[in-house]
Amino acid sequence: MTPIDAKRPLQLNDQGQLRHFLSLDGLPRELLTEILDTADSFLEVGARAVKKVPLLRGKTVCNVFFENSTRTRTTFELAAQRLSADVITLNVSTSSTSKGETLFDTLRNLEAMAADMFVVRHADSGAAHFIAEHVCPEVAIINGGDGRHAHPTQGMLDMLTIRRHKGSFENLSVAIVGDILHSRVARSNMLALKTLGCPDIRVIGPKTLLPVGIEQYGVKVYTDLEQGLKDVDVVIMLRLQRERMQGGLLPSEGEFYRLFGLTTARLAGAKPDAIVMHPGPINRGVEIESAVADGAHSVILNQVTYGIAVRMAVLSMAMSGQTAQRQFEQENAQ
Amino acid sequence: MSLPNPAELIRQMASDLQAHLARRNITEPRYIGIRTGGVWVAQALLEALGQQDAALGTLDVSFYRDDFSQNGLHPQVRPSELPFEIEGQHLVLVDDVLMSGRTIRAALNELFDYGRPASVTLVCLLDLDAGELPIRPNVVGATLSLAAHERVKLLGPAPLALERQDLATVSAL
Repeated sequence: MTPIDAKRPLQLNDQGQLRHFLSLDGLPRELLTEILDTADSFLEVGARAVKKVPLLRGKTVCNVFFENSTRTRTTFELAAQRLSADVITLNVSTSSTSKGETLFDTLRNLEAMAADMFVVRHADSGAAHFIAEHVCPEVAIINGGDGRHAHPTQGMLDMLTIRRHKGSFENLSVAIVGDILHSRVARSNMLALKTLGCPDIRVIGPKTLLPVGIEQYGVKVYTDLEQGLKDVDVVIMLRLQRERMQGGLLPSEGEFYRLFGLTTARLAGAKPDAIVMHPGPINRGVEIESAVADGAHSVILNQVTYGIAVRMAVLSMAMSGQTAQRQFEQENAQ
Repeated sequence: MSLPNPAELIRQMASDLQAHLARRNITEPRYIGIRTGGVWVAQALLEALGQQDAALGTLDVSFYRDDFSQNGLHPQVRPSELPFEIEGQHLVLVDDVLMSGRTIRAALNELFDYGRPASVTLVCLLDLDAGELPIRPNVVGATLSLAAHERVKLLGPAPLALERQDLATVSAL
C-alpha cells in the first residue's frame, strides 16, 4: 500500500481541530504548538501524587497493535488511563488475524464494542489512514506507527523533548543519525522540525540506508558522521532496524558501529550542551556507546516521560475534535 | 446599571477576608487563583492585604471541566502551579466571576487530587447569583443580577476593569 501524504483534510474537522492523528504531514505549525503546549500541562499532572484527570471518563480507548511494541503500547495505555478512559489492548498479531480475520472485520468488531478511539500500530504504511478513511470515520484514529511511513506521536514527543531542553526551534541544528531508510521516526521528525521552523536539519547515515530523494524534506545529507555532527545542538539516534532489513544493506553491525556509532569522542564535535535522543529500544554497541546512552548529554529516559504527556494531549485533542465535529454536523442538519 | 470598580471591591474584600479568617482562627492561609481572572484578583487582593510577596498558586481547571463532551478541550490550557503543600492547609480560592459554580466544582476536584486541605475559603469578585450548583462564596465583592443574555468579563491584569457583554452580539464566549 502506498501512503497518500495529503492527510490534512482527513485528520482535521471542519473547524480545523484534530480529529484523527495519522501523520504530521500537512499539519500547521499552530496545531503542533498546541499539542506541545497541552502536553506541557499534562506533564505537570504526571508529577502529582494523583496522576489522573477526569477528561475522558466514560470513553473507551482501544489499542490495536498489529505489530509488537512495548514502550509505545504501555505509554499509550498509561496516557489513556491518566485521562480516566477505559482501555483495552489487543495484540492482534497473536489473535484474530492468525485465524484469518481481515483488518476490516477486526475493526468493525471493535467498533461494535463502542470504542471511542483506536490507537493503531501496523507494519503496513498507510494502515491507520486506511482505517480512518474507510473503516470507522466516527472513531478517532491515532497512528501508533505504520510501516516505514509515520510515527507522529514519537515525532511530537521528540519535539517536546527538544523544546523543553532547548527552549525553541528557531536557532537549532538537529542531526538525525543512522537507519533513515527504514525509520518512520526519522520521517515524522523531519516533518515536525521543518514545520516548527528548525533552520538546520541534517540526516546522517550510510548511502544504502538513506532513501532516494530525501532532500525533498529540506534536509542536508551527510554520509560522514563527524562532519554531520559538527556544532549540532541535538543528536537524534535511530535504532538499526534489523527486522526490517532485507538484502545486503550493511556489511556488518561492527562496521556500522565503527562508522556511525555515537561514541563519546564523536559527540565531542557537537555543541558542549548538545542533547542526545533515541526513540528506543537502544542497541548498545550498535548505534550508540553505553557511556553516551547513560551520560550527561542523554535525555533518552526523559523522552519516555514526555511521551506519556504527548499521548495524553493527542488523545484528548482528537476526542475533543470528534465531539465538536458531531455537534457541528448536528447543528447543520437542523 | 453601571458596573462596580474592581479596585474598590477588592479593598472591601480584603477587610472582609481578614475578618473571615480571624473568625475561623486561620493564620497562614495559602492563596490560589483560578486562571486567568482569578489570578489577577488574587494578586490585587494580596497587594491590598500587604502580602504581595506571599506565594500564589495558580489553577487551570481545563482538565476537570464538566463540559468537555460538549465543548472539548480549551485550546490554551496551561499547567497548574501550586508552589506549596495542599495536604492539611487552609486554602483561599479566588475567582473573578461566580456564575454557575461549575468552575469552582472543577477547581475543588483538582485541588483534592493534590491532597486533602484543612479548609477552602471561596473568594469571588462578583457573584452573578445564577446558582446552578450549591456553591456560595465566603467573601464576595458584589452580587449582581443580569438578564439571561448578559455576561460580565474581567479585563486585566492592570488596571482591573469589568465589562458587560451581550451574548446576542458577542459570539466568542
